[in-house]
Order: sequence, then structure tokens, then C-alpha cells
Amino acid sequence: MKKLAANGIKPHDAEMKADGRKFSLMEKLLLGLTLDQYVQQVIRNKFNWLLALIFVVGIPLIIYRFIFGLGVVTHSSYDYPWGLFLGFGLFCMVPLSASGFMLGTTVEIFGRHDFEPIERLALLNGLLGYFFAVVYLLVDLGQPWRLAYPMVYSFGPAAVLFLVGWHVATYLSVQVAEVSTAFFEWIGFRRGYEFIRKGTIGLTVSGIILSTLHQGALGALFVYAPGKVHPLWYSASFQWIHFFVSSIPAGLCMVICVSTVVIYTMKWRCDQRFIDSLDRITISLAKGASMGLFTYLFIKLLAVAHDNEWAYLATGWGAWWLFEMFFGVILALIVLGVGIHHKSVALCRLGALITVLGILLNRLNTALIAFNWNLYPEIPHIFEVIISITIFAIYVTTYRFILNRLPILYQFKSRAEA
Amino acid sequence: MSKITRRKFLAGSMAGGAAIAMAPTKKAFGANLEGFPDGMGVLVDMTRCVGCRSCEAACNKEQNLPEPDKSFDDYSVFDERPHGHYRRPTEKAYTVVNRYDPVDEQPVYRKIQCNHCNEPACLTSCFVNAYTKTPEGAVIYNDKVCVGCRNCMIACPFGIPAYSYSSAINPIIKKCIFCYDTRLKNGQTPACVEACPQQVMVFGKRKELIKIAHDRIRRSPVKYVDQVYGEKEVGGTGWLYLSGVPFQEAGFNISLPSEPIINNVKDFLAIVPMVLAIWPALFTGFHLLATKGKSHGHGDDHSHDGQEEH
Ligand code: SF4
Ligand code: SF4
Ligand code: SF4
Repeated sequence: MKKLAANGIKPHDAEMKADGRKFSLMEKLLLGLTLDQYVQQVIRNKFNWLLALIFVVGIPLIIYRFIFGLGVVTHSSYDYPWGLFLGFGLFCMVPLSASGFMLGTTVEIFGRHDFEPIERLALLNGLLGYFFAVVYLLVDLGQPWRLAYPMVYSFGPAAVLFLVGWHVATYLSVQVAEVSTAFFEWIGFRRGYEFIRKGTIGLTVSGIILSTLHQGALGALFVYAPGKVHPLWYSASFQWIHFFVSSIPAGLCMVICVSTVVIYTMKWRCDQRFIDSLDRITISLAKGASMGLFTYLFIKLLAVAHDNEWAYLATGWGAWWLFEMFFGVILALIVLGVGIHHKSVALCRLGALITVLGILLNRLNTALIAFNWNLYPEIPHIFEVIISITIFAIYVTTYRFILNRLPILYQFKSRAEA
Repeated sequence: MSKITRRKFLAGSMAGGAAIAMAPTKKAFGANLEGFPDGMGVLVDMTRCVGCRSCEAACNKEQNLPEPDKSFDDYSVFDERPHGHYRRPTEKAYTVVNRYDPVDEQPVYRKIQCNHCNEPACLTSCFVNAYTKTPEGAVIYNDKVCVGCRNCMIACPFGIPAYSYSSAINPIIKKCIFCYDTRLKNGQTPACVEACPQQVMVFGKRKELIKIAHDRIRRSPVKYVDQVYGEKEVGGTGWLYLSGVPFQEAGFNISLPSEPIINNVKDFLAIVPMVLAIWPALFTGFHLLATKGKSHGHGDDHSHDGQEEH
């Protein structure tokens, strides 16, 4: 695409062509390029080769799993009923997708329109993250075709997972509605666009409610397993607060990371407004994230003090816990802090990356590594790993497909302006 | 001063009232289960068990489980340590007997199966309510609604439910159901209890079993440890154990709380109605405050549709 841009070819970004005709759907899908140009730029990109390689190996494995059951791609563990699909796919993807409600709140509720250039990216990040968390879930469920049972057929309202199920489903629809404004613009459906925009405040507030509850609920799920989760990662009273609070820096930092990737690899798609404001926004997001992280650090220590678990810190598990805290929280805070102080976008981005890794580590620790700490460690089956990577690759592909087309990184030029 | 207290009081009760009004819409989270007073149970006296595995065989037959890998008179299973640990119930075996070797003591045999908890963690964690605690005391499972999330396996503090991972189209939870369909429903003794040649197990009302257990301890205080495992653990279990050695030496988890597992989750469930009631007002308020006096409404400058004529 870079090369094409150098040759003076502009990607599709408005309702009308220069000569006043409307773009057809096919042209929109091909980014306003000819089919030849489009295919060529796809092949030229090495990253697409990597994705293709992953798909060639991974997609047959996913089919294999659905034909022969979970038993052939996992270790069928009774002691570790939740493996990578949920440990990574659900427990990591959901906090990293908290960005939607965070920026929705900032822009729509607090009226901070200076964050607007990145709002749609954050909303999309939220939507896709949740959507793919559900995809992971579908791969993991024994009988995925019964996914809707807790909604329509048989209710277990005292279960935390019941709440998670309902909320993720409702929140997904809220996010679809939020992101649909971009889609309606792109497809040229003004009415739909205006209809949704009118409900923005309602959608955003329900987003906040649902997010508070289900981010926390993911933590509360582990409260069912006292004695299985290592005490340092377990807290009957604080678990949901830990998960909720850490989802704030997680979501914000994920947006910083994604926007970094975007600005380096897809600059052609960003408009001037996005490019010009990104540095400022990155630093502001980093500020928000560091406040969230600081709160998180504080309540993590509070939980250790509350349950009086200091003695565990001297054990091997304690060292691992301290590593998680020092690397994922304290180091991240320092890097972010220095970055903010010196207005260094690069350091803020590095800090964001560390934060994201720290959250991944925390969720994997809670769900897998420090789970059954007094039994034996479980190493996921190689196929389980490959399938997890494949789904992630599908996520990345979808993400790019949408960013390339819908007005997320750029503002759509309507008829009046074109 | 009284005015302030009064206003505070009113504000408090308003918020509380709203919370209560919202609560039923979310279908009473944190529903409490009362144990059934006449529930049945089984008292397992480990001092009598010789590890013959007859109960395993009987269960296998009663529940139509597949052929075991090693026959039931093969005692080498006692030396198996899958993943470095003792055997546990699996999709092919609802009950297993393990041998433990406490220092300076005779080996102890312990039969493991679902303990049919009074307030089962498996039941409360299941989001489609696949489990039922029947008035007879059994914790049974409905495979027609199970989605296969395996949360119950996470929640069960005794590591009982197993899953038939190998099935592609109908994988289900597999666990001891107290012989509910075939026996308990009609008041009959479970197959494993009946098959035991040593009368290790007594089947009866849980209430009475607890009396019998304490009686036995009182009569032979030297023989027994002064504890009935399952009387208090996680809110009490239908199956109860007597032991001659400290329970941890027979592989029991002695760090379980006496509160039911669901109590841990109540903190979280309690905030749900509050968030539902308070957040909308709070954030709409924030929005009004934050955007007061600003002219651009919802900041629609994504689209620049100011030029349009309506
Ligand atoms: S022992 Fe486990 S499976 Fe059995 S009733 Fe109790 S929680 Fe449920
Ligand atoms: S695996 Fe089935 S029975 Fe167990 S919690 Fe999930 S839906 Fe309920
Ligand atoms: S009660 Fe029935 S299902 Fe349970 S272990 Fe005994 S024989 Fe098996």
C-alpha cells in the first residue's frame, strides 16, 4: 500500500469519487483499488505470508477438534478443566478489550472530545476482543451449540458465570451498536448512523455498568476455587476488584499498543487528524493507565495484608508473584512515569507493552500457572497452543480487514465535503 | 444536626430502595440453598476398609461404565500415581479406592466419590443449573442442558466431576449420582454400599449418621480420630468419614473452610444490584456536569454533519 500511495493512488475514504459518482460496494471492499492492484499489495506484504502459514496449519486443527472432540487437541485434564482457550482467550482477551468502555466514557460521558480521534479504535478494539473471546469460548465448550442455553433455556442465576454470559452477550450487542456508526457511514446508511448516535449516552452508560460487573465477575469466578488458586493470587473479598481495576490499564495500554502498530504499518490509512493527535493522546492514555496501575498495585498489597499472606512471599511462589508485580506493575509504572514526565511517546509505548504483558501474566497465573498449585503443573497440548495462536491470527486478520476499510482511523468524507 | 442526619438517612434509604427494586430483575443472585433435613447420606468407616475394590466393581456395573483398564482384583492400581498424585474419579470410574501409607501405621484405604454436599459448589457454579440437590440427598446432573463450560470442575472442592472429553458430539460431566435413578429414588441402598464385604459403609439419614459416628468415636476414642470429616466441611456433606489416622495422612484436604463455597462469592454478588442501581444515575450526572455549558452536544464531529439541512 505504501508503494501505491507513492504512485499517487489514494485509498477509498469518501462517499463520492472525485468525479462525483458513488463508490460501489465492490470498490469499497477493494479499498478503491482495482482487483489487480489489490491482490498484488496483499501478496507483497510478508506479514500476510505468516498469517497464511498459521492458517494452513491451524484451521485444519480447528476442524479436527470439532470432528473428534476436545480430547484430541487437549490433555483432557480433569484437574485443569480450563486450559489455554479460556486462560488466554477469555481471561486475557476480555481485560485487554476494556478499552471500548474506557474511551467511550472519557469522550461521551466526560465530554473529553480531545480523545475523539482514537475513540473509534478503542471501541473496535473492545468489540473484536470480546467477539474473539466468545470464539475461544466456542472452541472450548464441550457442546458449543448450546451456547445460548443460559440465556433462553435453563437458568442458573446464582452462578457467576451466568452473569458473565449475560453481560458479555449484552455488551457485545452494545459494542456492535457503537461500532455500527462507522459501518453505516461506510456503507452509506445515514439514517442508521443518526439513529445510533442519538442513543450514544445510553449505550455508553450501559457499557460502563456491564463492564464493571463482568470484568469483576471474571475474577469472582476464581473465588469458587479457594485452595486451588494459590493464596497470593486469591482473595475472596478483593478478587473482583483486582480484575476490574487491572482491566483499566489493560484496556488503555492495549489501545496504545494497537495504535503504535497501526501508525507504523498502516499509516496510509490514518488521516492527518489521527496522525497529528496520536502523540498527545498516547501520553494522556499513559497517564490514565498509570493511575489505574497505581491503584491496582495498592489494592494488590492491601489484599496480601488483609489475608496476612506475607509468609508466602518467601516461597518459590512468592518469588514468582513478586516477579509478576515488579515486572508487570512496578516496572511498567516506572517506564510510564518517566515517559509521561519527559513527554516521551516511545517510553509510554514501551510502558504500555509491559503493562499488557503484565496483565497477561497475571491472568495466566491465576487461571493456569498458580491454579492447582499444590497438585502438578499442566503444560498445554501442542495442538491447544496452535489453535490458540490460529484464533489470534484470525483476530488480527479481521482487525486489519476492518481498519483498512471502515472509517476508524480516518474521518469519512460525506457528500457535502467531497 | 438532626437535619443532616435525616437527609443522609433518606439518601441512604433511597439508594437502598433502588437497589432492592433492581434486584429482582436480575433474578435473585446469591440464592441460598437450605440443606434438606431428611437427606440421606453414607458413613464411611475407614478403619474397616481392606481395599478389596468391590465397591468400585459394583459401581462400574450399576452405572454401566466401560471396562476398566485394569480388572477390579488387580491391586497394583494402589501404586499408580497419575501426574504424581493419587487416583481420582474419572469419566470411567465414579468411585476409586486409594491406599495411603501413614508413617508407623497400617496402610489406610479410602474410598472417594462425590460427597453429595449440602450446598454443592458444583451446583451453585453452574450457569444452566444442570445440578439438582434432591430431597433424598443426592446431587444429580442433567446432561440435557449442560453446555460443557466445566466450571463445576473448577468449583468442586473435592475434585470429583470428570468430563468425557473424548466424545465430540455429546461430551458430558461424569460423576457419582448416589445411584439416584436406580436405587436412592426408591429408598434403596447404593450399589457400592451394598457390595462392601466389610460393612465399611452405613447408609441412612445424614442426621442419624452423625450421631452414629460420634457414638463410635465416644466408645473407642483410641481407635478413632475425634473428627467426622464432612460434618462441617464446606457446609457439610452427605457422605461422612471416620478415620483411625489424622485425616491429612489419608489424603483428605483439611484446609477446607466450614462455610459453603458459595459464601465466598456473596461479596461479589452483593455489589451487582448496587452497580445496577447507582451507576446509571452517577454517570449520567457526570455527563451533565462535564458537558454543561458546552454547545457541541454529543460532539458529533466524526461526521461533520452540521451542514445537513435538518
Ligand atoms: S463433592 Fe463436588 S461434585 Fe459432589 S456435590 Fe460436592 S461439589 Fe458437587
Ligand atoms: S460443565 Fe455443564 S454442568 Fe458443569 S458448570 Fe458447565 S454447564 Fe454446568
Ligand atoms: S453411590 Fe452409586 S454412583 Fe456413587 S459411587 Fe456408589 S455405586 Fe457409584
